Amino acid sequence: MRGTLLADVGPHEVRPALERLLAAGGRAQMVYAWYPEPGRIELRYLASAAARENFRVWRCTPGTEMPSLADLAPLLGWYEREITDLFGLPFRGHPEPHRLVLHEGIPPAPPPFSPEAHGEALVPTGSRRHRVPTLESAEVQELPFGPVRADVFESAEFLFFYLGERIIHYQPSLFFKHRGMEKRFEGRAPAAGVVLAERVSGVGSVSHALAYCQAVEIAANCIVPPRAAALRVLLAELERLYNHLHYLGHLAGTTTLKVGEAEGKLLEERAKQINTRLTGSRFLRSLLVPGGLRRDLDPKPWLGTALEALREEIAAYTGLLERSESYLDRLMGTGILEREVAFDQGATGPIDRASGVDRDLRRDHPYAAYGTLEIDVPVEQAGDAEARAKVRVAEIGASLALMQRMLLLLPDGPVTAPAVPPPGSEGLGWAESPRGTLFYAVHIDREGRLARVKIKSPSFSNWRAFPVTVHDTNMMDYAINEASFGLTIAGSDR
Amino acid sequence: MAFWTFFGLAQGKATTTWPTRGTNNGQKGLLGMPRFDAALCVPDCRACADACPTAAIAEGADGGISVDYGRCVVCQLCTEACPTDAMQPSSDWAFGVRRREDLVLGTEPTPTPRLKTAAFRRSLHIRHVDAGSCNGCESELRALNNPFYNLHRLGIFFTASPRFADILLVTGPVTHAMLEPLRATYDAMPEPRWVMAVGTCAVSGGIAEGGYACGHGLEGVLPVDLYLPGCPPNPAAIIEALLVFLNRSPQRVQGGRIGE
Repeated sequence: MRGTLLADVGPHEVRPALERLLAAGGRAQMVYAWYPEPGRIELRYLASAAARENFRVWRCTPGTEMPSLADLAPLLGWYEREITDLFGLPFRGHPEPHRLVLHEGIPPAPPPFSPEAHGEALVPTGSRRHRVPTLESAEVQELPFGPVRADVFESAEFLFFYLGERIIHYQPSLFFKHRGMEKRFEGRAPAAGVVLAERVSGVGSVSHALAYCQAVEIAANCIVPPRAAALRVLLAELERLYNHLHYLGHLAGTTTLKVGEAEGKLLEERAKQINTRLTGSRFLRSLLVPGGLRRDLDPKPWLGTALEALREEIAAYTGLLERSESYLDRLMGTGILEREVAFDQGATGPIDRASGVDRDLRRDHPYAAYGTLEIDVPVEQAGDAEARAKVRVAEIGASLALMQRMLLLLPDGPVTAPAVPPPGSEGLGWAESPRGTLFYAVHIDREGRLARVKIKSPSFSNWRAFPVTVHDTNMMDYAINEASFGLTIAGSDR
Repeated sequence: MAFWTFFGLAQGKATTTWPTRGTNNGQKGLLGMPRFDAALCVPDCRACADACPTAAIAEGADGGISVDYGRCVVCQLCTEACPTDAMQPSSDWAFGVRRREDLVLGTEPTPTPRLKTAAFRRSLHIRHVDAGSCNGCESELRALNNPFYNLHRLGIFFTASPRFADILLVTGPVTHAMLEPLRATYDAMPEPRWVMAVGTCAVSGGIAEGGYACGHGLEGVLPVDLYLPGCPPNPAAIIEALLVFLNRSPQRVQGGRIGE
């Protein structure tokens, strides 16, 4: 399989293999389960070694349970709990052996991915309270917030234990929005999966569709025509642009910088209107397909001019932000994520890079036409809200420059190639979304249909790291800290 | 920090004059719901129905094609699959309707009874609940308060508490986990109260419908007074739908067809 090194590993050999990989500077990415045939469950561990080296995939058939690796690579903890919820496979010695994706209160039915399940509705009843630490002090107060929150927000429940202004402990409860999207792919034709992938995380439509298409293309051993690869870069960077602009506006809003908020959101709107003019969709949907693009685009010459005009406005805007003391005061030192914690908990994207971890899939594992371009990867060391904002501002500039370069280099030619994965094939696709690393693992069944699609979304990773920065901080900083992470819940919950 | 004030003043007004005056609704070039022309349709061809991922297009009783825009996710696959020009891309997006039937092509248009919303014409308060959306609808709802659309100018506001809300705006296919919080929010609203389904997921379940985790949108969950399919509906479509609800704009879609 292109881009990965597959190895068979016994249930007790995974730990030493992971130890060796970590010692050599590698990083675990995820673990997922699937049924290659009814009655036989198989685990797949995904890990990255050095940049430009193939991803490692370890294939492992567990017994009735599997030793947990969460002590060694904490970021695997959530993936293991998800497998227990959805496949019924327990992990021995797990430090948090509780429900995650399925809430407490859902009756123990056949797990939804087991061959015995037939799509039975899993409705929570009675107490659905998730596991929380026991409270021993009468002074510490408890504040449950959500799942329906103030204003237009995605649904999630947050529990604060606090003393005055001080947050003693913070626990988010997600997965109210779990739609079972991975299961919805099963049985569909590979080309029909794109519509689903585009709707896993609306503001990440391109990244999701791109990672999915690339996984199918690897399974089909298809090389995308150069023009399609170049246009894919353009679409992915347009997505980064409107996401980061929204982020800056929202962050300014949480520091009560009202004009700064309005300007950020106005620039986001301009970017979305450029998206519409180019593709007919504000979210750049309905274009990607395994093998290339559904139709050609005509970005010349107007797109370069429109982006240059936008660049000037963005430069003026971010220049003002950098001079706003009230805004900077609230960001500096807020929500510090240490480098080691970021690495261990699996933080990704701008979050990771703001904590000094120099990683970007576009440069380290090039896809689409990124291999032909010079990728500027901004990295900050402070790990606070200001560093996260700085990384995003720098990424906007880099992204705009990248798009202009791509427009200059845009080759002519067809935009599709045949991409039909043979029965029994598989592929791993990835993309650096605006929020970080995104993986799609795709398995094709004997009829050439989708047998299993696993999505590793960046928000799932970043939500795991985020609470570490909230414990023992100030209530007043919470909203700013949350905004500085730029998390989505749809992508995490799937 | 006074520079922000000067910056704001120097920028001038960014808000569109639409829908009061002019046509700049910000959706130039947008691909909306497909238009169906039965006269160009070839008998015994199911290309569009086969391509449709949400069964919005199906074979009708008379062997022809039936279209339910309440199930359409605007993926444009049918327009590409159609061998003739029967299924055409269009820029139709103003699909806010009072009756679910009006989203089904060919339904006999009947006058929709007016809601008694006169008291709310200049001050409508919305409580939004995300019942499992992909965040696309939320992105567009947040856009309503950007300077371009500036929803406040129309006397329409989002409110934090259901106690102050007149209309419940629901997005998402209604996951089983969100069912109870959604009902609790509705129960907390004072009478008179209304419900608006925004996005194809909330109207009918959309792409994520069914399975072990999702329902079928608001069908059978809450009484719906205003339907707006779209994936996601753009901010202008949301504004138009809200104005239809307030009897400030005429409903443009009847019997699945858009009028002028």
